[in-house]
Amino acid sequence: MRFRATLTKIWEFLIEKAVLLAGLASVVFVVLIFIFLLREGLRTFATVSLSDFLFGRKWYPISTPPQFGILPMICGSALVTLGAALLGVPLGLASAIYIAEVAPPRIKEVLKTGIELLAAIPSVVLGFVGLVVVVPFLRQTFDLPTGQTALAGAIMLSLMALPTTVSITEDALTSVPKRYREAALALGATHWEYIHRVALRAAAPGIVAAVMLGIGRVIGETMAVMMVTGNAGLIPHSFLQPVRTMTATIAAEMGETVKGSTHYAALFAIGIVLFVITFLVNLIADSFLHRSKVTLR
Amino acid sequence: MKSATTQKLAFAALGVTTVLVTVPVLLILGLIIKNGAGAISWEFLTTAPRHGMREGGIFPAIVGTLCLVATAVAAAVPLGVLAAVYLNEYAGDNWLTRLIRLAIINLAGVPSVVYGLFGVGLFVMFLKFGSSILAGGLTLAVMNLPVIITATKEALDAVPQTFREVSLSLGVSKWKTIRHIVLPNAIPGILTGIILEVSRAAGETAPILFTAAAFYLPGLPKSVFSQVMALPSHLFAISTQIPNISMQTRYGTALVLLALVFGVNCFAIILRARLRARRKW
Repeated sequence: MRFRATLTKIWEFLIEKAVLLAGLASVVFVVLIFIFLLREGLRTFATVSLSDFLFGRKWYPISTPPQFGILPMICGSALVTLGAALLGVPLGLASAIYIAEVAPPRIKEVLKTGIELLAAIPSVVLGFVGLVVVVPFLRQTFDLPTGQTALAGAIMLSLMALPTTVSITEDALTSVPKRYREAALALGATHWEYIHRVALRAAAPGIVAAVMLGIGRVIGETMAVMMVTGNAGLIPHSFLQPVRTMTATIAAEMGETVKGSTHYAALFAIGIVLFVITFLVNLIADSFLHRSKVTLR
Repeated sequence: MKSATTQKLAFAALGVTTVLVTVPVLLILGLIIKNGAGAISWEFLTTAPRHGMREGGIFPAIVGTLCLVATAVAAAVPLGVLAAVYLNEYAGDNWLTRLIRLAIINLAGVPSVVYGLFGVGLFVMFLKFGSSILAGGLTLAVMNLPVIITATKEALDAVPQTFREVSLSLGVSKWKTIRHIVLPNAIPGILTGIILEVSRAAGETAPILFTAAAFYLPGLPKSVFSQVMALPSHLFAISTQIPNISMQTRYGTALVLLALVFGVNCFAIILRARLRARRKW
C-alpha cells in the first residue's frame, strides 16, 4: 500500500514536469524562431550597414557588388497595409456593430458563419481570385498598363483582415456590461445612441486591439499579396502602381537563392524586420485587450 | 422623432455594409465552383500531371497535402493539448504563465513566410531533414500550435470546477482527475481545435514553399524524407509560373483545395454545434 502510494506520487511528479515542459514549448519556439532568424540573418550586416539595409533604395541581390536596400519593400508593405486598413477597418467595424447589436439571432449566426468561412479561404486561393478577377478589373477601370497594383493587394488583404477585426470587435462590444445599456436606455437614449455614445466608447480598447491584430495579419500576409501586386521593387507613389512587399520578396526569392549566400542571409534579415514589426504590433494589441478586460470588469 | 430616423438610417447603413462584407465570400465560392466544376473528373483527381502540368490530374498534390497535414497534426496535437493542460490545470498566476501566454500570442502573429524561413533554418538545414514532408509538416505544426492550445484551453476551461472538486475529494490524484474526468469532457472542444488546425494546415502555402514543396513530382512520396507536391503550392505554381495552362485546370485545382478546406471547416462547425447542444451541464 505504502509502495503504491509512493509510486503514484512519483508518477504524478513526472507527469507534472512533462506537462510543464509542454507548456514551455511555445516560449521555446518563439526563442528558436528568433535565434534561427538571427543566426542566418545577422551575416547580412557584414556586407551592408543596418542603415543602408533599412533605408537603401536599391535591391540588387545578385549583381556585383550586390545591393541590399529594403526601403522600397518597406514602403510597399506600408502602402498595401494602409490601403487594406482604409478599406477594411470601416467595413469591419460596421459589420461587427451590426452583428453584435442589431442583427436578429438567426441572421447573426449566418453572418458569423460567413465570416468564419471567409477566414478559412486559403490565402493562395484568394490570391488566385484576385489575379483572375480583381487585377483585370482594375486594369480596365483605371486604364492601367497592369492591374497588378498596390490597390489590388489592399483589396485582397482587407478581405483577409476582416474576420480578425470583426470577431474581436464583436467580442469587445458584447462584453460591455449590461448595466451600461440599461442605464443608457433608462435615461432615454435610443438603441443607436447607446451604441455610438456608450458601447463604442466602453469597447474602445478592444476595438483598437481588433484593428491592430487585423493590421498584424495584413503585414505578414504573403501569398495573396505576392500574386496580385506585381512585385516591382520601386518606391510607389500611388495605389495604382505595382509594389513589392517584404513578405513577397522572401517568398519569391528564397527558392532561387543559394543556401548560405549573402542573398540568402539578406532574406532572413528581412524576416527579422517582419518578426520585430509583428511582435510589436501584437504586443500593443495585447496590452489594449488586457486594458479592455480591466476597465470592463 | 429625429433620433428614431437617425437610428433607422444608421442601422440600414450598418446592414448594407455587413452584406457588402459577406458578398465576396459567396462570389468567390460561386466563381470557383462555376468555373472549376468542369475540370473535376475521376482522372483529374487520381492521375499525375502530364505535359508540363498542362494535362493530367493533381493526385500527387492531394496525397502530398494529406501527408503534410497528418505530420503536422501528429506533432502539434499532443504537444498543444499538454500545453493547454498545463496552462489551465497546473499553472499559477505568475510571471511564467504570463510569459507563456505572451509567447502563444506571439506565435499566432508571426507571419507565415517567417515560419517558412524558420523551417528552412531549423528543420531543413540545421537538423538536415532536407526539403521533406517531415520538415514541412513540423513547420506547419509549430505554426498551428497556438490554434490547438487556445482551443483546448477554452474547452478545458468550460469543464465545470465541481467535476474536479468531486473527483479530488474522492481521493483521486490530480493527473487521474485530468485524465479521466476533465479531458473526456473537453473532447468536443479539443476536436474542433484539431479540425481547424487541419483546415489551416491544408491551405498554407508560404511555410511549405521552401521546406517541403516540389514544383513537379509525378511519383508519390516514399518516406517522410521525400519532397512532395502540395495543393496550395501547386495552385500557386500553375497560376503564376506556368503560362498557357487552361483556366479550367487552375479553377479545378482551386476548387479541390477550397472543397478540402471548407469541407473540414463545415465539419468542425457542425460538430461544435452538435456537441454544444448535447452538453450535460
